[in-house]
Amino acid sequence: MTRITDAKHEGAVGSSPDGSRGWTGGGQAEAEQADAEQAGTTRMAGPGGGRTEAEQAGAARIAGVPPALEVNSVTKAFFHRRRETLVLDHVSLKVEPQEFVSIVGPSGCGKSTLFHIIGGLEQPDAGTISMNGKPVTGQRGEISYMPQQPALFPWRTIEDNVLLAGELKGGPRAEARAAARHWLDKVGLGGFERAYPHMLSGGMQQRAAFLRALLAPQELMLLDEPFSALDALTRSEMQRWLLELWEENRRSVLFITHNIEEALLLSSRIYVFSGRPGSVLHTVEVPFPRPRREEITESPEFLQLKRQLSQWMREEQAKAAK
Amino acid sequence: MRSYWNQIWPPLVAVIFFLGAWQLAVSVFHVPSWMLPSPGDIARESRGNASGIWAHTAATLRLTLIGFPVGTGVGLIVALLLHLVPWLKRALYPLLILSQNVPSIALGPLLIVWFGFGLLPKIVLITLVCFFPVAVAAMGGLAQSDRIMMNYMKMAGADKWQIFTKLELPGSLPSLFSGLKISATYAVMGAVVAEWIGADKGIGYYMLLQKASYRTDRMFVAIVIIVLLSLVLFALIALLEKWLVRWKPRKTS
Repeated sequence: MTRITDAKHEGAVGSSPDGSRGWTGGGQAEAEQADAEQAGTTRMAGPGGGRTEAEQAGAARIAGVPPALEVNSVTKAFFHRRRETLVLDHVSLKVEPQEFVSIVGPSGCGKSTLFHIIGGLEQPDAGTISMNGKPVTGQRGEISYMPQQPALFPWRTIEDNVLLAGELKGGPRAEARAAARHWLDKVGLGGFERAYPHMLSGGMQQRAAFLRALLAPQELMLLDEPFSALDALTRSEMQRWLLELWEENRRSVLFITHNIEEALLLSSRIYVFSGRPGSVLHTVEVPFPRPRREEITESPEFLQLKRQLSQWMREEQAKAAK
Repeated sequence: MRSYWNQIWPPLVAVIFFLGAWQLAVSVFHVPSWMLPSPGDIARESRGNASGIWAHTAATLRLTLIGFPVGTGVGLIVALLLHLVPWLKRALYPLLILSQNVPSIALGPLLIVWFGFGLLPKIVLITLVCFFPVAVAAMGGLAQSDRIMMNYMKMAGADKWQIFTKLELPGSLPSLFSGLKISATYAVMGAVVAEWIGADKGIGYYMLLQKASYRTDRMFVAIVIIVLLSLVLFALIALLEKWLVRWKPRKTS
């Protein structure tokens, strides 16, 4: 696969060079965004906009800005009844700053174990994790995480749930609350600030869980099959929603999914994992320009990629079945 | 309102039916009233003798209202301590379970020997019967945090104290309250038993007095008062639970 840069199609997307995000800044950036939207261009994620993704990424690479996440040859085995099962076999991947990267693979390919290792819940047997050039192997609190089930805290109101990650890190409360209000409105949860999670539908809970991850102070987001528990209709709605939201607010994202179409629609790069033990089989650079619209799912190029990926997945599933 | 009534009327009818059968049986079989007074006799007695029994009720109520918070407080402290210090839990939890094979009430006479006839032995007895349900329920609730939420907290970098206050403690409330409700009824029972063993006032003492003169009807009045006390305490706890655990989805039935 060649990397077809989507640079020239990009609108004005940018962020401050230190990777800080614009929305916590409040009023002004929002006003700018609104103007930009009216003008029909892509919104900016923060001050210093005007450069394209590729320019930025390119500049970052040249200037030696380290990737937001680098997983380096991680290996992990579990012992069960004195038998060793290899779960991850020399997995290496990376997420550049403000890049959306997906992992697809058959079930049992160790994706969740990989997330636990990146999140610091488990130590790898070999290999390292680094974020922004800093070794963080086995350290917790470096990532913002969105689990498969929304896992909202039932005794917290939606607003307090969304604020949880910031609260744990101890930031300014009033500002965070204002930002949360703004975002809840924006994702269609306005009026539900004081509601408890069980009062919301599955899709709304998932949106709240996503906001909790988005408003977390950590830059890198790990999304673990966030839509797998939703019905098909809600799911495709959530995909569109996430695509739009992410294109407005470029964050570095590592996304796990079983759904090939979802991965192609959302990501800039896809790592195809093998069955157990999990390892990176293929790396696919997704060539579609941004901002993407859902219509690309009908383009011949998209269908061809989808066929290719499906075939790899089928082969892996077949191997696993043997 | 209608569904509330639907819940209320079947047990209400059952109670009325039971009281009617009781009244009928006493008059049909000519049971002497010192052996089993009829519900009518008991009702008449409770109206006639009201003044004397209220002082005793107040004494029992006071004892319960001191003993219950002390007992549940001890239970909570034990639960928190064992939860936060895992090796202590491993060492003491089995002993705690075993200790419940000792009938707390049988310790009453010993407590009198050790602590005399004052308030202290009674409080100790109530504490002994109250703390266990609370301690076990609270420990169970604290240990059964949702695994995904726990993973989330850890990945987000929460420290042990944050995990405790923001996840384990609020998550344990429903379980804790079921323990509290059991303890509430135990507390009233403990108070009455403590008064049997050594007291000069209270419902338990009143029952002993009436037993001596075969006033079965008055003993039944005392039992009704004990039941009412338990129910009121239980209802108060349930009300507190409803307010504190208001985030929990209502059961759809």
